[in-house]
Amino acid sequence: MAAIKQISIFAENKPGRMAGVAKALGDAGVNIRALTIAEAGDFGVIRMVVDDTERGYTALRENGFMVSETDVLAVEIKDVPGGLYEIVNSLGMNNINVEYAYAFVTAKAERAMLILRVDDVKRAAEVLSEAGVRVATREEIQQI
Amino acid sequence: MFEYWNPRIERMPVDDLHELQGKRLRSLVHYVHNHSSFYRQRFREAGVEPDDIKKLSDVTKLPFTLKIDLRNTYPTGMFCLPENWVVRYHVSSGTTGKPTVVGYTQGDIDMWTESLARALTSVGLGREDVIQVSYGYGLFTGGLGLHYGAERIGATVLPTGAGNTERQIELMHDLGTTAIACTPSYFLHMNEVAQKMGVSIRDDTKLKAGIFGAEPWSDETRKRIEESTGIKAYDIYGTSEMSGPLFTECHLQNGIHIWADLFLLEVIDPKTGEQVEDGERGELVVTTLDKWAFPLIRYRIGDITILNSEPCECGRTHPRIMRILGRTDDMIVVRGINVFPSQVESVLMRIPEIGEHYQIIVDRKGPLDVMAVKVEMTESTFSDKIADLMSLSNTVARLLKGVLNITAEVELVEPGTIPRSMGKAQHVIDRRKV
Repeated sequence: MAAIKQISIFAENKPGRMAGVAKALGDAGVNIRALTIAEAGDFGVIRMVVDDTERGYTALRENGFMVSETDVLAVEIKDVPGGLYEIVNSLGMNNINVEYAYAFVTAKAERAMLILRVDDVKRAAEVLSEAGVRVATREEIQQI
Repeated sequence: MFEYWNPRIERMPVDDLHELQGKRLRSLVHYVHNHSSFYRQRFREAGVEPDDIKKLSDVTKLPFTLKIDLRNTYPTGMFCLPENWVVRYHVSSGTTGKPTVVGYTQGDIDMWTESLARALTSVGLGREDVIQVSYGYGLFTGGLGLHYGAERIGATVLPTGAGNTERQIELMHDLGTTAIACTPSYFLHMNEVAQKMGVSIRDDTKLKAGIFGAEPWSDETRKRIEESTGIKAYDIYGTSEMSGPLFTECHLQNGIHIWADLFLLEVIDPKTGEQVEDGERGELVVTTLDKWAFPLIRYRIGDITILNSEPCECGRTHPRIMRILGRTDDMIVVRGINVFPSQVESVLMRIPEIGEHYQIIVDRKGPLDVMAVKVEMTESTFSDKIADLMSLSNTVARLLKGVLNITAEVELVEPGTIPRSMGKAQHVIDRRKV
């Protein structure tokens, strides 16, 4: 399975909540690969991909956060104009909907990574592989 | 399995019961007239003589007693017997103004205990049961009241009092508690703590019944408690002025049986003071028929309920009151509309995606009242999609609007962030007063 696990955290929109999340992960020795916050007034959802999902999930729960795991895809984008188009176009052509996405650049900076939440993860992985897009595995994310 | 504690009284034909009430009312009126300068003055002001009270329906000639009267006569100005007759005091917390001191003769304690012995028997409890009393012991009437009632029916009492929740759960498991008495909000908290400890109340304990009260709660909360723990949840009623907790539903869970030989209840329209028909909502008024240190004549408790005089299918002939909707004191008025916290609760408990704990916050923005309802997310239903969360919060707001007829702002908060209470939960924060 090419999908990787994203951690989602429900957080009230108030000072110190983000710091609480960061501290829980830092104390557990978990490294954040990519992160985004979706906010909706009084609350928000913090979404992130970390190097060790199990450990991150447990650490957050033990610190009283409401956490869930979601299957997402991590795909490599060529860091050139049109890099993103290639990916989303092949999904669109196959009628796969992107619910949300966020990107980060790896330390080696050769390639950008795109985290994709789609309505059909399995199909999306197949479609992207056929289109020659590299979908990263859990181990790869761990080793970035 | 479901027996009567005092079958002769509990199944007495309604006419005989009314005759007994009339007789007791007559002697009460003479008694307070002889023993209390407060009531003598009240009767004079109302132009009523003890001899004017000949039958039960003459009760409406008597003046009401109000909460303010209790405050003005603090501490013992309304007692009808000298202190050397009093074997115990209880003192109510008195959230507004002075507390209320209640004194009991030995006979008053026995009457209270008899009332609870009938009640506990009516939900199927008896000698074989281990009853954990998790109401506070001390000045509050809950702990000692249930304690005496449970001992009277020969049950084994585990007097844990409120608090120290993990220890309570350990003892519940180790000593085979079969019934618990506490506030419904404390039991919900206990269930959360038990789950965290890896204890399932349904599978790992012998608990089969809960006697819940001391705060208004809803049928939806009952459903939630019963479904999540597998126990039967019974409503209990009573106020410190009346003695303490006194009455419960029977095993049929269809209204709280009020022992008519001990208390005379009326339900009135709070505006006119007139009695309302059976089945109509109104304010509860109580006259004590067998209480001697601190008797009450037509005392306006302020609780809102509905009276049902039909004999119950369980065979008991005494009148029943429906679940207490709230207290006139608990009612909040938001933009001119009356809101009871129990109405909000009944909506929230129908929505599985949110937790049992909630808080209503009323504030004023400019000239307008605003009401916010804080509810906790639950882990099992947390979706990481903003759209799902927004739609949940909109659903809550829409259902509230349907019941209350006002718009409430709904705030989803993290689990465990609404304060838990060991006793009566504080469901309303009204910031308009400060």
